[in-house]
Amino acid sequence: MSLEEQWIAFMTIVRKEIKRFMRIWTQTLVPPVITITLYFVIFGNLIGKRIGTMSGVSYMEFVVPGLIMMAVITSSYTNVVSSFFGAKFQRFVEEILVSPMPNYIILMGFVMGGVARGLGVGFIVTVVALFFTDLEIYSYPVTIGIVVITSVFFSMAGFVNAVYANTFDDISIVPTFLLTPLIYLGGVFYSIDLLPDFWAGVSKVNPILYIVNAFRFGVLGITDINVGWAFTMIGLFTIGAFLFSLHLLNSGKRLRM
Amino acid sequence: MTTALSIQQLSKVYGNGFEALKGIDLEVEQGDFFALLGPNGAGKSTTIGIISSLVNKTGGKVEIFGKDIDENFSAAKKEIGIVPQEFNFPNFEPVFDILVNQAGYYGLPRALAEVRAEKYLKKLDLWDKRFEASRHLSGGMKRRLMIARALIHHPRLLILDEPTAGVDIEMRRSMWEFLKELNEQGTTIILTTHYLEEAESLCRNIAIIDHGEIARNSSMKALLSQLHKEVLILDIESPVQQAPYLEGFSCELTDEHSLEVEIAKEQSVNELFSVLTAAGIRVTSMRNKSNRLEELFVSLVKSNAA
Repeated sequence: MSLEEQWIAFMTIVRKEIKRFMRIWTQTLVPPVITITLYFVIFGNLIGKRIGTMSGVSYMEFVVPGLIMMAVITSSYTNVVSSFFGAKFQRFVEEILVSPMPNYIILMGFVMGGVARGLGVGFIVTVVALFFTDLEIYSYPVTIGIVVITSVFFSMAGFVNAVYANTFDDISIVPTFLLTPLIYLGGVFYSIDLLPDFWAGVSKVNPILYIVNAFRFGVLGITDINVGWAFTMIGLFTIGAFLFSLHLLNSGKRLRM
Repeated sequence: MTTALSIQQLSKVYGNGFEALKGIDLEVEQGDFFALLGPNGAGKSTTIGIISSLVNKTGGKVEIFGKDIDENFSAAKKEIGIVPQEFNFPNFEPVFDILVNQAGYYGLPRALAEVRAEKYLKKLDLWDKRFEASRHLSGGMKRRLMIARALIHHPRLLILDEPTAGVDIEMRRSMWEFLKELNEQGTTIILTTHYLEEAESLCRNIAIIDHGEIARNSSMKALLSQLHKEVLILDIESPVQQAPYLEGFSCELTDEHSLEVEIAKEQSVNELFSVLTAAGIRVTSMRNKSNRLEELFVSLVKSNAA
């Protein structure tokens, strides 16, 4: 395929993916916004007022970046895992597999769909957050950079989950039993400085801690960890996820008989 | 003449150890209308799966118009249109979008894709359904949509895996006409079907695959010429109580108004009618007891299993 043809094929998948999550917006866009808004109201506003400050800022300001990132992570992941598994389950993934599209275009198309939903939900949640607190972005490059790379990584993670999944249960296991605990323990609601040394050390093996802190640094200018290290970690994870996803497509594992 | 499909020593062993293909060789010439027949589990769908890259082969080589599916996979895939056996649509997507998206996967610009989608939807009588989600289509409509989808990028080789399964007779006939027209315009067609009448009336060449091996590969004419006898069912005007003696023909009475007569390859129907006339039997209608290809197919598959 020529580069122009590859671009058309890529945009076809992206357009189709965006159309898909927009068509079912009550399932894809509304629920995360309602959930995060409840967090803002309950943790940020009601309980947060009694907590006072955290790392030198109001508790509401402290939790907003983590909650935005939580919405971005779950939306990116869920979009690709449900879309690609749906295509596998209904067998219309064959439409794509029989086409002359290179595998990296297939992967990038689905990932871009996940990124679009992740950023879309992240944007809506940010707008909602502005009703509760003022947000002055400390560093645009860090904020935008970390949110984009995070949604790319979790979209790929969703893709890997979809390839291995055999049933609809398999696509909810990772978000429920792995992703949610990691997000909750990833410094969204507290600074790891509050933890005893041992648990603070344990927290440092949680990749989401780095993502949340890097984003919080981009928005508020405060962080528990080194931002450069956070970018390096998530960058390496993303490259690894890309290579592994591509390997799955090239080998045809669980996709071709 | 150019070879549209060349398969050499193609083999496939599935993960559970089942050997679906045992090193088959097959060639289909450009412009051919080719039947690939075989009983269930013979290896037809595995062969098509490998050609379309939905199944990883264990060994062998496949070339589409001279392009190796491993070495030149993108160019080879552009040449093929696949109509699978099972429906594989996105259920919630409108018919028109399914075609336009498929064209996009082949790198066709959207404007051109829309023109072609309109052309094939009109041609296959689906234009009125273009905004309907595919799950709302009937079985016959879904089959036609799969054909339209396979043609959207103008492949030179169209492979149809049981395209008329579950389609009513009228619709089946109109699909035959459409496929014949397509073939006359130059598209090479490979067809698998369980309706042997379909293969006999459409295809010029045939391969019978059984237990992962090619049991027979020849022209339809050559294959049918191997049939040594046919059984004709004759409906007769006046009732008879026992099978009449017809010199040179074996005859059985099935009921008082119908006879089954065996006619050998070297005998003519005229001879049979002369004998019938001499015996004072008037025939009101006549038909084959079974499809000629069906008889051959059964005998070939049986002998292969023996």
